[in-house]
Amino acid sequence: MILPLKLDQTQFAAGGREIIAPLSLEIDAGMSTIILGANGAGKSVLMRLMHGLLAPTTGNIAWNEADPKRVRRQQAMVFQRPVMLRRSAMANVVYALEIAGVARAERKARATEALKEVGLLALAERPARVLSGGEQQRLALARAWALHPEVLFLDEPTASLDPSATREIEAVIRAFDASGTKIVMATHNLAQARRLGDEVLFIHQGRLVERSPIEQFFKQPSSAEAAAFIKGELPWV
Amino acid sequence: MFFATLLALPLGAAVAVTRFPGRRTVVVLLNALMGLPPVVVGLVVYLLLSRAGPFGELGLLFTPPAMVIAQTVLILPIIAALCRQAVEDAWIEYEEQLRSLGAGALRAALTLVWDIRFSLLTAVLAGLGRASAEVGAVIIVGGNIDGVTRVMTTTIALETSKGDLPLALSLGIVLILLVLLLNAGAFFVKEAAQRRYG
Repeated sequence: MILPLKLDQTQFAAGGREIIAPLSLEIDAGMSTIILGANGAGKSVLMRLMHGLLAPTTGNIAWNEADPKRVRRQQAMVFQRPVMLRRSAMANVVYALEIAGVARAERKARATEALKEVGLLALAERPARVLSGGEQQRLALARAWALHPEVLFLDEPTASLDPSATREIEAVIRAFDASGTKIVMATHNLAQARRLGDEVLFIHQGRLVERSPIEQFFKQPSSAEAAAFIKGELPWV
Repeated sequence: MFFATLLALPLGAAVAVTRFPGRRTVVVLLNALMGLPPVVVGLVVYLLLSRAGPFGELGLLFTPPAMVIAQTVLILPIIAALCRQAVEDAWIEYEEQLRSLGAGALRAALTLVWDIRFSLLTAVLAGLGRASAEVGAVIIVGGNIDGVTRVMTTTIALETSKGDLPLALSLGIVLILLVLLLNAGAFFVKEAAQRRYG
């Protein structure tokens, strides 16, 4: 178990500008965590700090596991725009397994299982780059699925997809959740947050303003910023 | 040509994906070396390989291997610099994904080079173009010996000074046609690959 993840006075600045103000929090297994906030609030940066793609300027980030290799191996991330290698869909998943150190004999079977899970088995031999946006994002999820990570980070995975592709992606995210993978997802889509989340981390201008269970967040946000955000996003409510 | 490609691609890729002190200097140097004057390269290699030079014992001067060495020195920076640019552009796109998957720097560089291999063809072709058109370096270190180190460009130079302009001109046309043919072939390979892999 690499969870819980502990952030201790974690702060991130770039170019002399503070992007994430010092914040401390603990992310534990179980509940799906949604990082909510407006564009530019710092959601993506916070997620990259947690995932280890960025190093905090000050403060600490620690997993419940000292070996950095194990920590890397037990987490996966799906980005807003998937990056696929110029090879088949299957080969893209196999590549991820290879880097993760999965034995050669096992790779094909695990990749096949993952492609089946996301409904891409029929397209396994197609070049990944010619798949549609929705299919590429599902392939990115398959790549993560094959790794059986303990934690899955998702950075606005459906922001550039149409409603039907979004539904398919959300179904796979639910399957991850059901299989016991911890979901940490950034989004600015309130309806999606409600559909997939159990709790909300609300980020406003680089500060963690509020952390609440999902229902409470929408019914009775404890901060004025969150209330304004909900109102702005759903002006008809 | 072959050696230069073999050395230059990893070098360019390594400079593209690693961060080390003095990296900017290396990048500028690589770019500047693209314009290395062939005659000067020829002269330096000549001095190194001549009887009195440090590698004189090998007896390589005025042999084909000497020409290979001079051309390798000439086109290595061209391929490396162009490769660095291409890999660096791709790295911007791939970096987070590859690091997220846990790929180390070496692994990432190899993956990138393989993934953009059809774009790198252009870099290799630029090197090939330079190598096949080049006369200054090979004439100095090769000596333009008939049947041994005489190549098309050196023949053209010789025939021109001898006054046999028709022969020089027709050789020139053949050389241009060869280069054209190679580039056309590479272009279609790249086109086909782009359609196939996206």
